[in-house]
Amino acid sequence: MAKPSIAVHKFSSCDGCQLAFLNAGEDLLKLAQLVDIQHFLEAGVADEYAKVDIAFVEGSVSTADELTRIQRVRANSQLVVTLGACATSGGMQALRNLDSSNESWKHAIYAHPEFIQTLERAEPVSEHIKVDFEIWGCPVNGQQVLAAVQQLLFGVSPLDQRDKVCMECKRQHAVCVMVTEGRPCMGPVTRTGCGALCPRFGRDCYACFGPAENINTDAMSHRLEGLGLPQADIARRFLFINSNAPAFGEAGKKHYQRGFGDD
Amino acid sequence: MTERSVSIHVPAMTRVEGEGSLKLRIEKGQIEELALDIFEPPRYFEKFLEGRRYTEVLDTVARICGICPIAYQMSAAQALENVFGIEPDQWVRDMRRVFYCGEWLQSHALHVHLLAAPDFLGFDSVVGMAEQHPEAVRRGLRLQGLGNNLIRLLGARSVHPVGACVGGFFRAPAEAEVDRMLVQLRSALTEAEELVSWAAAIPMPDDQQTFINVSMRHATDYPMAEGRIVSDQGLDIAVDEVEQSFSEEHRPQSTALFSMLHGEPYLVGPLARLNLNMDRLPASSLSLLKQSNIRFPSNNMFHSLFARALEIHVAIIEAIRLLERYHLPAHPHVEVRPRAGIGFGATEAPRGLLWHRYETDEQGLIKNARIVPPTSQNQARIEADLHRSLVSFGLDQEDDALRLRAETVIRNYDPCISCATHFLKMKLKRQ
Repeated sequence: MAKPSIAVHKFSSCDGCQLAFLNAGEDLLKLAQLVDIQHFLEAGVADEYAKVDIAFVEGSVSTADELTRIQRVRANSQLVVTLGACATSGGMQALRNLDSSNESWKHAIYAHPEFIQTLERAEPVSEHIKVDFEIWGCPVNGQQVLAAVQQLLFGVSPLDQRDKVCMECKRQHAVCVMVTEGRPCMGPVTRTGCGALCPRFGRDCYACFGPAENINTDAMSHRLEGLGLPQADIARRFLFINSNAPAFGEAGKKHYQRGFGDD
Repeated sequence: MTERSVSIHVPAMTRVEGEGSLKLRIEKGQIEELALDIFEPPRYFEKFLEGRRYTEVLDTVARICGICPIAYQMSAAQALENVFGIEPDQWVRDMRRVFYCGEWLQSHALHVHLLAAPDFLGFDSVVGMAEQHPEAVRRGLRLQGLGNNLIRLLGARSVHPVGACVGGFFRAPAEAEVDRMLVQLRSALTEAEELVSWAAAIPMPDDQQTFINVSMRHATDYPMAEGRIVSDQGLDIAVDEVEQSFSEEHRPQSTALFSMLHGEPYLVGPLARLNLNMDRLPASSLSLLKQSNIRFPSNNMFHSLFARALEIHVAIIEAIRLLERYHLPAHPHVEVRPRAGIGFGATEAPRGLLWHRYETDEQGLIKNARIVPPTSQNQARIEADLHRSLVSFGLDQEDDALRLRAETVIRNYDPCISCATHFLKMKLKRQ
């Protein structure tokens, strides 16, 4: 039987989620024996048009060229798996969608904005094509990705972790930083998968893994108000790495004034 | 010279971080057009920062680059402390250096083994190289893993770590964790020494050229998280004086800005650092350098790979030195009181000088930000190098050989295109 084939495609991103493969050490070499890596630019394999069993996509869709490429990835792949916040929710660059800031920011940063060709919005992959499985996280971690690869290779749907960070804190015996220190921790509305790293390091979760399932964002905002956070700060808690994820986007906009102003 | 008319098109360059494009047009044996175009889609980080509280900056700037997030966090922390008039204590400064050692180790081991070495040893990728050179590749992956572990000690995770804050760290590692880390570091020392001699023995083109070296310089130590900015042409300035000497240009077809020193291209990164700071090497790293057959300062850009290998050794030696005197601090960070003002920060990212400037209001909200990453500083240098490297290699060489040489020259700089801001496409036209 032929080995299953995979591809890793990069769109608008920081390259950090691909590192789940490149940082895997010995497991990377093992993976290369188990599957046929057809396209993975940073690892040195280039065949953009290859037909593969599983395509992993890092990054959001933010240019016309990327729009064409993502449609080609879909046409050439049995399964499309998004890797991380940018591909799954739009990521940090989706902040430009908030006030339709693309044009004004382009003019503010570049001397020749006419050289810069971008779509009006930076969007998650699922905005443009059907996605078979999403791996959340900014960044995704190796364990998450390799577990998903293994499950997909066995022909089963990967386990989707949708619990809240709070659950993970309890499992890890971490002391609650909101209850004991009054920190504006986003754990009650944030998807686990990270290992509850921030609370265990004595700080509040900043929601880099995106919204968990069945979350009560109104209660969360109310609690943040109770902790004394100004409206703009509450908005920024939701509108950060996953601002374009519907649950966070809607919650944040209730407190949001253009440009995070505070009146 | 050549009568043939050839057009080569490489859809996307491999083994670089991010995507860009290269245009090369040769007519009648002359290079008529040569440009390294970066078209990583712009992500407007400087604008995302506006209106955010200083406490959000480190988590924001980390997302500029998955490979060197610590560099961004450390330059930002330094700049914001500069605005607020805070001096971090010795414990914080030591731990920042340890944190940074982890990133140098991880990033350099990744570049040496996965991105650069396949060029010189004749492979397309590390997977092929691992079959012929299994021990060298596994050693590289172990050193990369060690760097990631060192980052986790202080940052909880190796990509976009969460441990650092303005003023220091959120948490001090327990002494037992530090002891376990020291065991790992000490046992890797022999492998780092073997790596340095392996790197020295890799056959490199002998390609001498002149260029301006720019790096940071520290009073006593090999430069990393603090110091002044110097060049081999007499530049010696404080971090807040950068704007008087360096300027950025925006060129067509690029989402990165080109940085120049008094209008001239210059080099930042491991080779420039080593050329300017040999006298700051730890004694054991210096003796490894002297045992090699490579003479420094070097003006052969291909010695960058060796410089990275030696800096891996430096990172391990320095991490051991600093962790051996580890003690639990009373507080892992100093108290921060924001105030309005402007501040500057610069550190040595794995790829070279990374410079930040922030202006805040009295509550510590960011009014504006400016970030100059190493790759936009090297971009003009890469183009200049490409031009003369290809001419010295011979423009009548086969297309594939020309393409590989061009790619090797570019990869040798370890360009971080996500940082600078997409497709490295090579279009070669001959007439």
